[in-house]
Amino acid sequence: MEIDADAPHSMGTTIIGVTYNGGVVLGADSRTSTGVYVANRASDKITQLTDNVYVCRSGSAADSQIVSDYVRYFLHQHTIQLGQPATVKVAANLVRLLAYNNKNMLQTGLIVGGWDKYEGGKIYGIPLGGTIIEQPFAIGGSGSSYLYGFFDQAWKEGMTKDEAEQLVVKAVSLAIARDGASGGVVRTVIINSEGVTRNFYPGDKLPLWYEELEPQFSLLDIPSSPGPEPMNI
Amino acid sequence: MSKLDFDVPAKGGFSFDLCKRNDMLMKKGVQPPSYRKTGTTIVGLIFQDGVILGADTRATEGPIVCDKNCEKIHYMAPNIYCCGAGTAADTEAVTDMVSSQLQLHRYHTGRESRVITALTLLKSHLFNYQGYVQAALVLGGVDVTGPHLHTIYPHGSTDTLPFATMGSGSLAAMAVFESKYHEGLTRDEGIKLVTEAICSGIFNDLGSGSNVDVCVITKGHKEYLRNHLLPNPRSYVSAKGFSFSKKTEVLLTKVTPLKEKVEIIQAGEAMEE
Repeated sequence: MEIDADAPHSMGTTIIGVTYNGGVVLGADSRTSTGVYVANRASDKITQLTDNVYVCRSGSAADSQIVSDYVRYFLHQHTIQLGQPATVKVAANLVRLLAYNNKNMLQTGLIVGGWDKYEGGKIYGIPLGGTIIEQPFAIGGSGSSYLYGFFDQAWKEGMTKDEAEQLVVKAVSLAIARDGASGGVVRTVIINSEGVTRNFYPGDKLPLWYEELEPQFSLLDIPSSPGPEPMNI
Repeated sequence: MSKLDFDVPAKGGFSFDLCKRNDMLMKKGVQPPSYRKTGTTIVGLIFQDGVILGADTRATEGPIVCDKNCEKIHYMAPNIYCCGAGTAADTEAVTDMVSSQLQLHRYHTGRESRVITALTLLKSHLFNYQGYVQAALVLGGVDVTGPHLHTIYPHGSTDTLPFATMGSGSLAAMAVFESKYHEGLTRDEGIKLVTEAICSGIFNDLGSGSNVDVCVITKGHKEYLRNHLLPNPRSYVSAKGFSFSKKTEVLLTKVTPLKEKVEIIQAGEAMEE
């Protein structure tokens, strides 16, 4: 297989943002690919915009990094001019303005999430094209295709912080199991009135799904352990 | 914009006017001239006292090796070096340009340059040119905030990693790093690992070859080990020497050895003006 090292750096990705009573939980995988080569297996796709607002990035790595850098800069100026922390809605709209006005040149889908004192925890999805949509939960990236049905069934109003985080970790790990372009570790960021908590779930600590094998740490273990059952046609 | 002479860009800088025409010609089967590329294996890793960068020394023009001993580790600041892969002209030009910008910045602020400054200058430039400046870089250095290692891709995206590889030999070098890297490497362990990774690229990748260059950067000190390892010596020199054909009578033989280029191993303060 030809490895095209000149292919643009894109984040195959699974990104998720979920509200719960009291704040939001943002989650993402950590794989950045250049064609079929994994350029960074431990990237951090959840980027800080302000103390209380974070953004999950997907799509072209360069485009999403530049957009978040510009929005961080605009929000910093806005905070100085306003005299108080920016709201999540303002942050999301700044992202939306950049995404919409440069829609021909950008290829990035973003999920903005945070907490402010006026509206509490909020999630805004900004897919390709620059629409802005406020949602109780949002999913994005190539791995999200496998999660629409899962969220329809598993998401409910008024979850606690731990329930919400477990839901996010479970969802990202399900997407990693099925999407080739997502992988690595699961990172989560919890934002509420008390502040921001970053968590990290290494790939080998995630639950195993259908047909997945236990991680093997010694080459000597592989021949003796039972392999997967042959498929029944 | 009325009548524009297509040969000259209006305000300087790159003119994209011919890009569409080039794409059209390529679709018709016309091959563009091949650039001089540094096929390359470049690596960087963070060890306990700072950063070690490594690179091979082969520059290629299509299938031909045009320079068997080129320098791919470029100076950015006294405490920051940058390895470059991709089109040789692009990596040289972009690292030279940012190196000058950093020097002006140092004069302006009166402080030692920071790696993140170099990173931001490089990534904004590369993003503005949308990937047409084909420079893939491994940027490393030690500043007041500590040791830093970043990779920069031609489209302008960056990653911050404890160990990184780029170039056509990156897969071979990454295999070595993934199996042997751990935190808290000593200086000698780090140099050995970097050399192994570059050798892996030199011997397993056709676009990389010749010698290994290493650069060790620690707080307040740097060592540029040019040709740290020469695993590909020229061993086919004819023992007979040069001889004329039978009918020519040799009247006088005078051998003048060419002046040897002086290699600076310990760069030290020589890089400063």
